[in-house]
Amino acid sequence: MQTLQVLVALAIAPLFSAWLQMLRALLQNRRPAGLGQGYRDLRRLFHKEAFLPEDSSWLFRFSPYILFGTKVMASTLVPILAVDLPLAPAADVIALVGLLAVARIFQVLAAMDTGTPFASLGAHREMLVSALAEPALLSAFFIASLLAGSTSLSTIVLHAQEGLFSLHPSMVFAAAAFFLVLLVENSRIPVDNPATHLELTMIHEAMLLEYSGRHLALLEWGAQLKLLLYVTIGIALFFPWGIADQFAPMAILLAGLALLIKLFLAAPILALVETLLAKKRLFRVPEFAATAFLFGVIGLLTHFMLGS
Amino acid sequence: MALGAVALGPLASLGSLLPRLHPSWLRYTSLMTSTLMSLLWLLSGALGLILVAAPAPNLAVGGIPLWQFRLDPLSAFFLVVLGVVGTASSLHAVGYFRQLGRTGLRRVLIPLPLFLSAMALLLLADNAYTFLVAWEGMALSSSYLILAQTQTIQARHAAYLYLLVAHLGALCLLAAFALLCHGNPLAGNDFSALTHEVLAPGLAQAVLLLTLLGFGAKLGMAPLHVWLPEAHPAAPSPVSALMSAAMLPMALYGLLRIDWQILPPEGVSWGLVWLALGLLTAGFGVLFSTLQRDLKRLLAYSSMENMGLILVALGLARLFVAEGSPTLAALALSAGLFQTLNHALFKGLLFLGSGSVFHSTGTVDMGRLGALIRSMPQTTLLMLIGCLAIAGLPPLNGFASEWMLLQAFLLAPQMASGTLQAILPLTAAGVVLVLALASFAIIKAFGLSFLGQPRSIYTAHEAGLWERFAMAFLALGCIFLGLFPGLAIHAISAVNVLLLPGNSLGIQQPWRLTPISPERASYVPGWFLIGIAVAILLTFLLVWWRFGRPLRRVPVWSCGFRGARTARMQDSPAGFSQSLLRIFQPIHHGRIQPDTASKELRVELADPFWVGLYEPLQRLALALSRQALRLQHGKISSYLLYAFLTLVVLLVLVR
Repeated sequence: MQTLQVLVALAIAPLFSAWLQMLRALLQNRRPAGLGQGYRDLRRLFHKEAFLPEDSSWLFRFSPYILFGTKVMASTLVPILAVDLPLAPAADVIALVGLLAVARIFQVLAAMDTGTPFASLGAHREMLVSALAEPALLSAFFIASLLAGSTSLSTIVLHAQEGLFSLHPSMVFAAAAFFLVLLVENSRIPVDNPATHLELTMIHEAMLLEYSGRHLALLEWGAQLKLLLYVTIGIALFFPWGIADQFAPMAILLAGLALLIKLFLAAPILALVETLLAKKRLFRVPEFAATAFLFGVIGLLTHFMLGS
Repeated sequence: MALGAVALGPLASLGSLLPRLHPSWLRYTSLMTSTLMSLLWLLSGALGLILVAAPAPNLAVGGIPLWQFRLDPLSAFFLVVLGVVGTASSLHAVGYFRQLGRTGLRRVLIPLPLFLSAMALLLLADNAYTFLVAWEGMALSSSYLILAQTQTIQARHAAYLYLLVAHLGALCLLAAFALLCHGNPLAGNDFSALTHEVLAPGLAQAVLLLTLLGFGAKLGMAPLHVWLPEAHPAAPSPVSALMSAAMLPMALYGLLRIDWQILPPEGVSWGLVWLALGLLTAGFGVLFSTLQRDLKRLLAYSSMENMGLILVALGLARLFVAEGSPTLAALALSAGLFQTLNHALFKGLLFLGSGSVFHSTGTVDMGRLGALIRSMPQTTLLMLIGCLAIAGLPPLNGFASEWMLLQAFLLAPQMASGTLQAILPLTAAGVVLVLALASFAIIKAFGLSFLGQPRSIYTAHEAGLWERFAMAFLALGCIFLGLFPGLAIHAISAVNVLLLPGNSLGIQQPWRLTPISPERASYVPGWFLIGIAVAILLTFLLVWWRFGRPLRRVPVWSCGFRGARTARMQDSPAGFSQSLLRIFQPIHHGRIQPDTASKELRVELADPFWVGLYEPLQRLALALSRQALRLQHGKISSYLLYAFLTLVVLLVLVR
């Protein structure tokens, strides 16, 4: 069951990204590349030769594996298809945030390892933005766990499935904060542009500049997986209907269908945001992340003030 | 046993005075004695925590003044902290001081065992007199240690400032003990006798304030922190490790002993004061640590941040006690104590590592370092473990204690009353922000010093065997406590029993943390590690099997830049944190100044407390003494007049 969920997540991550790209292309009057493009890109990259920059160390070489491994581990913890998975008691939302932080920090260290100007630019920007986004993410999670009385993701989802979150004003703030963090952490458009290189304002791509071949493939796949994870966490927190609460084949199948439909519907929102908004100046980005944090704090305060 | 180890300290100091000893003999005997002492403390501390049922007997030596000693779980816990850091620092020092001659060695080896002994004595003390003597011994010996290796004017200034603040703190403590013991700290009341004394409410408040000031000065609590970022970088690294990882917690011990155990539990207000000061200290410390250029200064500010976080945890525990929920109080207290132990492990490791870096390259200026991963691979790996632990990443130990602290905050609302409900979430948000910035600071430190390209020309060499051994000891500690946090919590529960009305934190399994119930929250670091390891290994093997081709080393691409790539094109320390400099400008008033000599930009920071509080005080003191100078003009007749007037006044007053 656990393995099934991981495999499903790994399989649909490139699909979701390709669907998102397709929608963006359609919205911008371009001809889309089709749903298989994600897989084709990965395949091409895996078959290419991988280079290591001169005088980079083992950190640079093994970081792609560490990153990919931690994200795979994270996908075992999120209730994508079902709650109460065997590994669920190992970690709660705080540990999940910690796990994603491990991935991020190794990415930053690998970038600094090359010692190139672009990579170190990307590294310190990433650290700055995440230093503000991580508290926002945690406070969004805090609101949900205060309502559910637990920081365990499974319990939160079960609680939400009973419809008990439906009328909570604090949850609205949590959702707003979470959405902003999703944009920040996955380097989407108002913060960073996932489709650009050679631009002085890039963050995430700047850290990947020196990677090639199978290493780059793993990193790209990891980034797609991370986006999928964030979207599914958002779904699990705010729209949890359909996630299986027992391990019957029928329930899992239904959960899979519900997941596909929800992902199908979530992409247009992201694509719309990315098409309508312009990329922000870099010095506006901390303000953007700080807004997310502020939403989280307001949500926490609302929770305590209104007692709900 | 622990006391016997204390007595070894002065012996080792005296031994260093033997005239014709060869330097390496001197170094080995003295430092091995320190290691032995620390190991004995570690052992007796661990025994004291385990054998709560059969406590060590109280000891009393001498008549007046009376020396009294006792080992209870609270002192046992801090003995463990001291033992761990003492062992590692002494072992590291064997390698670190290997190039010193006899005179240079004596400057270190005479005060060092005394410093260790004083800290242990402090923990074992059972009356005010013993406690204060040990406290003073600790301050004096450590100020000698700060000046042991450098004679620069900054170091002298740092030691002087340290001594000044330490003595102001000691004065506050003396006053507090005088109030506690009804004016006579020499009277042989042991601490348990003091517990039963009933103080007038006003008096108790005064004692609370004085101890907070006195211990806060040692703790680096804002606004009494000014000495800390000066003193730690000036000291040799094994000493910095001791001061930061073992001496700062001594102040926590004092706070717990006096404000918590001896004084009766008080209302919400002091818990709030601890919480607010802790958050102020943590926020201030972390902000300044992100902006530093000097590796050891960065670590010193980070110590301040950690002490602040621990103070927050303790304040939270006090609030829970006042609110009548001992379970949550036990959770918060355990989180604070666990963080103390973790801080000892990773901060000790990082300071020792910075010492090895200094030894190898001759600098700890991050604007000069870089690429140490190639010349010091093993040190780098150990430092990486320390950095990941302090950045609060699972499955290492720093994450476990932070996780517990956040859990305590999240469980708060069930119990807390109205006013607290607005304060606690804001504090929790502040704590989370501090933790995120802390990882920024430490990644900056690691990335700039160990990765990339060297920013100046040096020939670095791997740290000596002793140094690596000491660091590996602490790094293993970080990993072990990270994987088995339940063991630490189990040991701490003895302290909870002592300090709280009943320990209601359930029995923890060694490998998992479930503070209240598995439904509420649980964390199993072992599964984490296994899961990540399996995932990484599988990925690696699969990719290697399907697509494995030999890797080729090529020149960096760097967006196609074809010019000569120099190390100056990497981030400088100021460049790395420039955005934070910009965002928090109103707080630190940092400015970027061009340095014409080295053709660099440097950041100049101004500590708002120094500018706003200490400089006016300094001016006031100078003005007052200038006024007092008027009395002094050298005429013997007027001096006689002063004496006469004093006599008259005294006669009128005393009568």
